[in-house]
Amino acid sequence: MAEITPVLTRHIVEGNPPLDLAGYRAVGGYESLRVAVETMSPDEVREVVKESNLRGRGGAGFPTGVKWGFVPQGPDSPRPKYIIANGDEMEPGTFKDRLLIHGNPHQLIEAMIIAAWALQADVGYIFLRPEYEAGAHLLESAIEEAHAAGLLGDNVLESRWSFELHAHISAGRYICGEETALMNALEGRRPNPRSRPPYPAIAGLWGKPTIVQNIETLVCLPHIVANGAGWFRHLGLTEDSGTKLYCVSGMVEHPGNYELPIGVTLRELIYEHCGGMRDGRDFKAALPGGASTMFMSPDELDTPLDFTNLEKAGNRLGTAGVIVVDQDTSIVGMVLNLMHFFAQESCGWCTPCREGLPWIEDLLRDLVEGRGRKGDSRLLGHEMRMIGPNSFCALALGAEGPLLSALEKFPEEFEAYVTNVPDPTASIEAAPATVTEVGS
Amino acid sequence: MSFSAEDKTRLDEIRSHYHDARAASVSVMRWVQRTNGYISDESLQDAAEYLGLPAADLEGLATFYNLLFRKPVGNHVIKVCDSVSCWMCGYERVRDRLRERLGIGFGETSEDREFTLLPVVCLGNCDNAPTLMVNDHLYDRVTPEGVDSILEAVRGHGGNRG
Repeated sequence: MAEITPVLTRHIVEGNPPLDLAGYRAVGGYESLRVAVETMSPDEVREVVKESNLRGRGGAGFPTGVKWGFVPQGPDSPRPKYIIANGDEMEPGTFKDRLLIHGNPHQLIEAMIIAAWALQADVGYIFLRPEYEAGAHLLESAIEEAHAAGLLGDNVLESRWSFELHAHISAGRYICGEETALMNALEGRRPNPRSRPPYPAIAGLWGKPTIVQNIETLVCLPHIVANGAGWFRHLGLTEDSGTKLYCVSGMVEHPGNYELPIGVTLRELIYEHCGGMRDGRDFKAALPGGASTMFMSPDELDTPLDFTNLEKAGNRLGTAGVIVVDQDTSIVGMVLNLMHFFAQESCGWCTPCREGLPWIEDLLRDLVEGRGRKGDSRLLGHEMRMIGPNSFCALALGAEGPLLSALEKFPEEFEAYVTNVPDPTASIEAAPATVTEVGS
Repeated sequence: MSFSAEDKTRLDEIRSHYHDARAASVSVMRWVQRTNGYISDESLQDAAEYLGLPAADLEGLATFYNLLFRKPVGNHVIKVCDSVSCWMCGYERVRDRLRERLGIGFGETSEDREFTLLPVVCLGNCDNAPTLMVNDHLYDRVTPEGVDSILEAVRGHGGNRG
């Protein structure tokens, strides 16, 4: 079993109140910020983050240092510049940022200030889903403490640089986690995604350079500054860097958050850390990174759960919200639940997503409720492939993951629902050119 | 209803966290809802006047977000997670018990105006599935029997305002 001293969750004790400023300082808190602001230039901080190979923990896995490199720097760069912490954690099966927000708010604030120093940002927002309101209040108190101690506001740590930080509580829509929709939400506009380019790093919040980072990605920063890029790279078991919060739910004996070296296998995670399958059931499948990732089957239990290896397997690490499925759970029923979620949370902006996902949901409900027809599997796959690539943002592409992988890996479960109703799609094969190339 | 001087002081404080009035829209409406339980036509108009925005802009936001209420809700709002991990761990039994005990479906309010029942997207409490929230309080590993004791415990107490 991979043993590890927790890094991000080290000072978090579930059920206990989080460390206040004095307590956080007593365990070395804000020392990395002091090192960054007093001994490192913003360029140097950006460089160490780039070298650390830190990749985004919110779902996309984009290298943080590369993203930061797009932000205009220098005296002529547009101001103000913004840094946003994305705490709109609503990806089903994901509950890691909740722990980091509620468990150690000062760690997040220190991380935000370090990121802001590196980017020479002026204003920061921590964007939170409404159900994390208790966390927002903890953050607000911590922000006040940090302000009073000269860590925030005018002349941070007596430097010539100033930074203001605010917590924003949203009102509940999954699409707000998409970074351009999030910026519209913060501007008080309808949170539909924006077209890219321009990318937020160039023209984001109110048209100014903006970086949006997931909470877990941010809280890696104080540790990278304290221990160096090489240390962070060596934490991982594979070519990826750092520790990872795996939040495991579903049919395991001990669901929960596990901070482990990135790259543990699915088998090790379930059987060594989570106490195995619940009540000794058999493993059937897992989604490795929330609702928007692809099903893994029993022959993939030895796949390392990291960015690189899952990408090689045609999958994604996503949020590392590992949802474990046992032998008795219906894959089709589960996919119906997931498609209901995506259909409901479509923002309605573009037609393929708004109209297509409810259709997919209806087809699946017909199957589950005994109205399944021969050819439904093919129709589901066909329609899903049309919706994803033709929609405006990544939401419908996220829905594609679980549905298409379920159709591929568990076709017999779909077929089992088929009744004797004639196949209305029999003609599709007769005219493939008109229907299959649109989304390819 | 019109905002009192005291209300305006609180609203000005909220407004101060944002770049402009529009950006404060959601926070102002959340405050209105916190105070009145929901956002009435009149309070939507008041909020729009306070912010100097068309009421239609606020209406567009209020109807977009899942947790801004444009209709009166009960004293307690029960938000039941219907996402995948809870579904796998017994959400349907919990939902059915709530429907049966309260005599209402999703989106409805009980006749005594004590409870409103809503489905909610993944609450980020999947390790304690099935889960639900009553007002701001999270309940872990809820069973059908547990539903009865939760309803018993909250009925007549506190509420989602203030």
